[in-house]
Amino acid sequence: MSQLEVEDLEVYYETEEGPAQAVDGVSFELEQGENLGIVGESGCGKTTLAKAIIGILPDAGYINNGSINFQGDDLTELSEPERRRLKWEEISMIAQSAMNSLDPVYTIREQIVEAIETHRPGTGRVESDEIVTEMFELVGLDPERADDYPHQFSGGMRQRAMIAMALALEPSLMLADEPTTALDVIMQDQILKRIGSIQEEINSSMLVITHDVSVVAETCDRVIVMYAGKIAEEGPVEEIFNQPYHPYTIGLKRAFPNIRESDQDLLSIAGYPPELVDPPQGCRFAERCPMATDRCREEEPEAHYENGLRSYCHYADEIDTELRPYADESETWRQTAAATDGGVEE
Amino acid sequence: MSANNVLLEVDDLKKHFKVNQGWIASLMESFGSGEPDYVHAVDGVSFELREGETLGLAGESGCGKTTTGMSLVKLHEPTAGDIIYDDKRLSEASDAEIKQFRQNAQMIFQDPFESLNPRMTVYDTVAEPLRIHDIPNETARVQRALEFAELLPAEHYFDQYPHELSGGQRQRVAIARALVLDPDFIVADEPVSMLDVSLRAGVLSLLDRMTEEFGLSVVYISHDLSLLRHMCDRLAIMYMGKIVEKGPTDQIIENPQHPYTQSLINAVPVPDPAVGRERVELQGEVGDVIDIPSGCRFKNRCSEYIGDVCDQVVPPLEQKTEFEQDVACHLYESAEGYDPYEEMGGSPSAAETGEGAESTPADD
Repeated sequence: MSQLEVEDLEVYYETEEGPAQAVDGVSFELEQGENLGIVGESGCGKTTLAKAIIGILPDAGYINNGSINFQGDDLTELSEPERRRLKWEEISMIAQSAMNSLDPVYTIREQIVEAIETHRPGTGRVESDEIVTEMFELVGLDPERADDYPHQFSGGMRQRAMIAMALALEPSLMLADEPTTALDVIMQDQILKRIGSIQEEINSSMLVITHDVSVVAETCDRVIVMYAGKIAEEGPVEEIFNQPYHPYTIGLKRAFPNIRESDQDLLSIAGYPPELVDPPQGCRFAERCPMATDRCREEEPEAHYENGLRSYCHYADEIDTELRPYADESETWRQTAAATDGGVEE
Repeated sequence: MSANNVLLEVDDLKKHFKVNQGWIASLMESFGSGEPDYVHAVDGVSFELREGETLGLAGESGCGKTTTGMSLVKLHEPTAGDIIYDDKRLSEASDAEIKQFRQNAQMIFQDPFESLNPRMTVYDTVAEPLRIHDIPNETARVQRALEFAELLPAEHYFDQYPHELSGGQRQRVAIARALVLDPDFIVADEPVSMLDVSLRAGVLSLLDRMTEEFGLSVVYISHDLSLLRHMCDRLAIMYMGKIVEKGPTDQIIENPQHPYTQSLINAVPVPDPAVGRERVELQGEVGDVIDIPSGCRFKNRCSEYIGDVCDQVVPPLEQKTEFEQDVACHLYESAEGYDPYEEMGGSPSAAETGEGAESTPADD
């Protein structure tokens, strides 16, 4: 059995115009020890998905349907105290601006010790201090500085302190929401490297949520590409990068510059994601897809399974023969741009 | 790209910010309790911007790249050093000449949600610079600028307010506003980092077209080296207020020489799972820009540290014998015969200071 099984999950937000379908029928599994990346543009539902899993949706958000099975428990049906027990101990989250979520009036040590003692009553002070020292060393911070206050740390150090805190109880699942986006590239590289080695040590799995395709390419085993609340494509990282079937994956990949290549022809995916209050019928990407037909606009695509990939595109079975070369041309996307971009938004 | 005529020259530019400017601090100061501290945000930067080129300023947060960019368009008054434009030193220019310069130097900011006035329509936003500089044919110019920025049809946008536009459209309005005066150069500070990946290429290709169609020069400021590689003809890598390496983009990315540049480029993730990137960890953090260390600013984190010369002599940015780019590092032999060891003879670390009182604290 997989460690985490999300099935047909629907997460909606209450809005004045009706419910916004932020996550709409998402299913996936995560094995113990696996790293799964979730990529997509802002508003595609990737952060909402993580918040639904750990149970910290904002007041307007609710789970409309579906289940989240974690090590045999359905998280959507747990009571608040049961859920609170799981948080930090089994599932921890490293948020994008985690470095700003430390309490300024307590030392870092006090904050980590508090988390340990809340979840493991009876842990002695000496033992807690040992955990703090160990975690500080793991994330590359000097343990002597554990008695500093957050303002005495730089941004990168605070983010590392948060990661130390997220790891202190050796959770079996980590949700990392843009864990390094706020950091400089050297710090990002160090932190990702450390998270990787810690994971190996405690054999935890990780869900990495990011817009940065290159971070996913380097840290994940599998990738989910999300678009407008739905999965567009899912599969092993090599296949997603080498032979994607969904035009959105192809576009996203080609929109991203690679430092190892000179003279890249970057492409831009014209238009904007659809409104989630009243999403269009058919494929959600149809409006921006240079290959869309009437069928795409009317009929919602079923999953197409090939080469270990799950792709939601009507023409996934034809992409190999005809569509991929066409989709790989930046000219293709430019023509769509001329037709749709620049127009006044409705 | 186009000819190599120099448009603008930056000569040993420095910008220091006073720390603790509150009234208590100034009170303490008036009672004579010590010298005020300065943040050495930009500390002796020289480069030239050529006509029609895109020059990238890269480095981590706090390295001084944004302060340099803002000084280039006179949003900061330099503490020392100068900018030479049109054969004139700006420090000696008259008010009219400065106004002329401002017309030719425009800036695009990182956050299009904050850089546009929410109470002004798109038309007024783009027309405002024309009104300030008394330029006729307002409507036609605004329309042309919006059309260039691919906001089509332009008239549809005239009466819209920023909140009605998406991030990508706002950044296009900011570009139109920068272009409407027909400037000579534009400083673009992380112009796409707030935009979604799928929209970035569209805005980037606009910036590309500016250099190609109008022969404009662009100073592109970013921490994203993958993007800079895509956009720039030349790169300058900054560390703690100084340029450590400068030269043609491909040369710097593929063959970096300064140990800092090497670590920086090495840390950039590659969007290709087939590439196994070797990770080398850089020790420590960026140093203190208030109490500047003597000698090389990177010495404490440098894996190639070679002793006293790094401790005592500030390495000048200069041409080296072995490669195309300029490097500020004692590891390589100067092409012009400069010998850092000569400096070590007399008073250590007096190499760069020179002016005495105002200079950086040398010994610590």
